[in-house]
Amino acid sequence: MSIIISDVIDHLAGIRPGSSLDRLRDQRPQARENAQKSYRALFEPEFPGEVTAIERYAVATFVAGLHHQPHVTDFYAAYLQEIGHPRLTDVIRAEIARGSAEGPYGRYPQGPLTVEDKEGLVYQVAADNRKSLGSRLATGLEHAHLLVFHPRDASPAALQKLLDAGWSTTDIVTLSQLVSFLSFQIRVVAGLRALAGASARESADPDFTQIFTGVLASGAV
Amino acid sequence: MTETTLSHPDNRESTTFTQEELGWLPWLEPFPADQLTERHWAGLVDASRAKSPYFLLLARDPDVLQARTKTDKDIFYNTSNGLPRAERELAATATSRHNGCIFCASVHSRFATQYSKRGADVQRLLDEGVDAHIDSRWNAIIEASVALTGTPIAFGDEQIKALRKAGLDDLEIVDVINGAAFFNWANRLMLSLGEPTPPAKA
Repeated sequence: MSIIISDVIDHLAGIRPGSSLDRLRDQRPQARENAQKSYRALFEPEFPGEVTAIERYAVATFVAGLHHQPHVTDFYAAYLQEIGHPRLTDVIRAEIARGSAEGPYGRYPQGPLTVEDKEGLVYQVAADNRKSLGSRLATGLEHAHLLVFHPRDASPAALQKLLDAGWSTTDIVTLSQLVSFLSFQIRVVAGLRALAGASARESADPDFTQIFTGVLASGAV
Repeated sequence: MTETTLSHPDNRESTTFTQEELGWLPWLEPFPADQLTERHWAGLVDASRAKSPYFLLLARDPDVLQARTKTDKDIFYNTSNGLPRAERELAATATSRHNGCIFCASVHSRFATQYSKRGADVQRLLDEGVDAHIDSRWNAIIEASVALTGTPIAFGDEQIKALRKAGLDDLEIVDVINGAAFFNWANRLMLSLGEPTPPAKA
């Protein structure tokens, strides 16, 4: 990618320097800086370990797609397209459609909360795509789906499937952080976009503008 | 080296949401405490976290852990302005209740109670769930957290309007967004890498 993005959340949320949201984000400077550092530690790691860049971007594209956030999905898909097999992005997009669901759902430990148990899709990669993705990445996508939609169904058995598919304990920590971080990043982006949108619509609303102008004229602001 | 998951057949998992202090057992081997390097210590941020199996497990990827922890601290502890700490903890509790993280909900409901002095109201959120009707301001914060926690995300004009009506300004709304979004990170780690243990009997 030729453009340098200094803050991915700003980039994805469309926050421009000097804007009102830019100033609001600056009130939490450590959170802002470390959200970016988290992104870099996961996508441009200094010590990449055994989790490949293709795996990181493939899982990220999948997770963003499951959240129905097209601009975030396109952001990660663009990197995947650059580094992966030309057909990989298409396979991931097909799996996003296959994995579509509404969360959170899942089961509680047997007891008083059992009445709140909610059934939902237990996702598996399509058999033909499993072959092209390989068992390791396919199992990674299945675990990502569990974390995105029904994390309360997590179990040692789910982690054992990852170990059996070639993920080490350390790789599993990285994969879990990646999916969980994205669940955060995507929500900050969606939340800030919604806030910017609501403010823009209010200032475009003649009634609101009139009241606001009146307040300004009265010197109350 | 053959790696395996850890199981805890004798543990009796907590089956209700509670403000009591729970423990947590990992399903994967934490990083060995006696082999921590400088980079791991930096990842743990606070040296006391080297006693926690949760943080020692996450220390296997120390750079992400460090950035995660510093993001967390600023979102919740930077109260020089913006939303009061009690209501940031309320957003964390509502998110944890909705995702079903009994451990996270226990920690942050205790904080919500400590900072708001409204333990009975916090308990209603745990007992009745995220539809509990508490008061217009807390309802708006809970509903916004829940809408942001859904996948796909359902947070939009309706929630923002309710937050503003309840008296929150834009910085306070950003604090709600950050608090709920962060717990979508924390809940997934806590729920998927281990299990809570029952409160220690006094």
